[in-house]
Amino acid sequence: MSNPAQRRSTSLAIISTGFVVLWIMVAAPPFLWTLWGSFKVQGDFFSKADWTNALYGVRTMIETGDFFTTNGYYGAWVEHGFGESVINTTIVVVSTVIISLTLGTLGGYALARSGFKYSFWILMLALVFRAMPHITLVSGYFLPFFEWNIWGYLPTSIIVLVAINQPFTLWMLHSFFLNIPKDLDESAMVDGCTRFQAFRHVIIPVMWPGVVTTGLFSFLLAYNDFAVTASLLSQENQTMIPKIASFLGTTQVEGNVMFAVAAVVSAMIPLFILVMFFQRQIVSGLTAGAVKG
Amino acid sequence: MPHRTFFWFIIPSLTAMILFIAFPVISVITQSLHVEHEKVLISSESCGPFGCKQVTVIDVEATAQLRTDQPLGQFSGFDNYTNRNHLAFDEISLAWSNSENMSMFFNKLLNLPFYKALAFTLTYTFVVTPFVIVLGLAIALGVNALPKFAKGPTIFVSLLPMIVTPLIGSLILFWMIDGDGVIGASIQSLFNDPSLSLKASPALTWMMLIVYGIWHSAPFSFIVFYAGLQTVPTDTLEAATIDGANRWQRIRYVVVPYMKPLVVFITLMQLMDNFRVLEPIVSFASEASATSLSWIIYKDLTSDTQLFGSAAATSMLTIVGVAILLLPVLFRTWRDFSRTAH
Repeated sequence: MSNPAQRRSTSLAIISTGFVVLWIMVAAPPFLWTLWGSFKVQGDFFSKADWTNALYGVRTMIETGDFFTTNGYYGAWVEHGFGESVINTTIVVVSTVIISLTLGTLGGYALARSGFKYSFWILMLALVFRAMPHITLVSGYFLPFFEWNIWGYLPTSIIVLVAINQPFTLWMLHSFFLNIPKDLDESAMVDGCTRFQAFRHVIIPVMWPGVVTTGLFSFLLAYNDFAVTASLLSQENQTMIPKIASFLGTTQVEGNVMFAVAAVVSAMIPLFILVMFFQRQIVSGLTAGAVKG
Repeated sequence: MPHRTFFWFIIPSLTAMILFIAFPVISVITQSLHVEHEKVLISSESCGPFGCKQVTVIDVEATAQLRTDQPLGQFSGFDNYTNRNHLAFDEISLAWSNSENMSMFFNKLLNLPFYKALAFTLTYTFVVTPFVIVLGLAIALGVNALPKFAKGPTIFVSLLPMIVTPLIGSLILFWMIDGDGVIGASIQSLFNDPSLSLKASPALTWMMLIVYGIWHSAPFSFIVFYAGLQTVPTDTLEAATIDGANRWQRIRYVVVPYMKPLVVFITLMQLMDNFRVLEPIVSFASEASATSLSWIIYKDLTSDTQLFGSAAATSMLTIVGVAILLLPVLFRTWRDFSRTAH
């Protein structure tokens, strides 16, 4: 910003900074509001009298004798067994990430190193698959899965999520492998390695930044999924997100919306921690596809 | 790389995609041509002291037997596509001949479940996508001009609406605009109208869903544009400044052309993702005023009487919709690729 012509437009700078501040005011407060409100009673979070009650916890003070209450969390975790769905989510997400990365690195590496025309068509096919709305695929799973008696179990959902993840994983890892110089593995092969040995001993040690970034996005896809897990898991195997969705119906009737609020906050926290630690990787991952075109 | 090696490397991934993406599509096509079995009825004459009468009962056993023998249901051709819940040709021609003017016709049209969902899905896609692109670019330009220490935290906060689970993000918004929630209550007191509800009116519900969509997707286009801005050469910008271009002209004639491939990328991703909108409708419980194609499939699949044939027909129509939507962009990519390849 040493250029005087750029420095001159202070009014524009104020407008643009103001705009960013405005955006931040829209982006963050809903989360803070819900986090704060989850420690209040329903009469405060959904206050008929005055919205500031949610800030000061007026009804919370009257009903529980304290400014903060963990009743919502108690209801969700202890009474409604939210903990089980947290375990299910962990199983589903971890397995999905590991399996998709294993398949994805092999495939992505092959696509990046093969100059054949069909590798372009495989990538195009993957793009077409990526465009399919997940729920349309899910409607094709039901009858076969009922027939084979595999509907409702965690492994079924894991394998489906892995498959749905593949197009994206392939694209992303393909573009990461393109950035690793060809000479690296080819010189290893000149020295007598087979293609797989070159992959194992030369490529794997240097591919981790790309794999971590892709893994993050696989994680997000599996964690945030609603269409697949809500329709393919039975009641007792539910993961967090479908569990929250089914909370909506039951808690509304019982007047326990705060259970759902507490569950929502519980599910949201891991994501925030993830962004905090992996912000750089997420940003680079989002742009990897774009820069490559 | 020899074909054989390529084959062994790609086969696990390709198998997963063929088994769980390509085959389901075939299964969807087959299902869409079948309809669930009717219940097997037995009519018998039951005679009592006051004469005989015809009684019809459902043969539960035979019905269950038929359903296990032929889980697909019975073949029905294109009935699933043309019936009232999908393309509804009969209802449309009836509405056309019975309506006095266009608005009456459209009213009737939008009462048909498929067209109601299609109308919202298309509106959502074509309103959210341009807004996301423009807003994302504006935020990116703003953040780019910030001092260095402020950039990191700003990007962190900006990522949150996108990273959060769609179901959760839309629920958070939904609770805030509830009549008793903070935004809903504030709006009521602002307009001094305690009966004002963002949920009751279809127009406001559509608006809130679209606002959610923009809020959720703007960070994605912001990040892509922000990264793109780092690659705009400063030489060109300086040359433009020396030639007397003001800030707006520099953006219009130097920055925007550099962003063009990014706009194509974001448009492609956004069209795909917005067309499948499902979670906000579930969270907002907005089915009375707004449904989407994904939502009607979801409802057919998860309601007590699962209508696989109906869900499959809607799925096929949705896939055709996605194809039509993406064809121009895909064609462009293909043309660019074949141009660079030769």
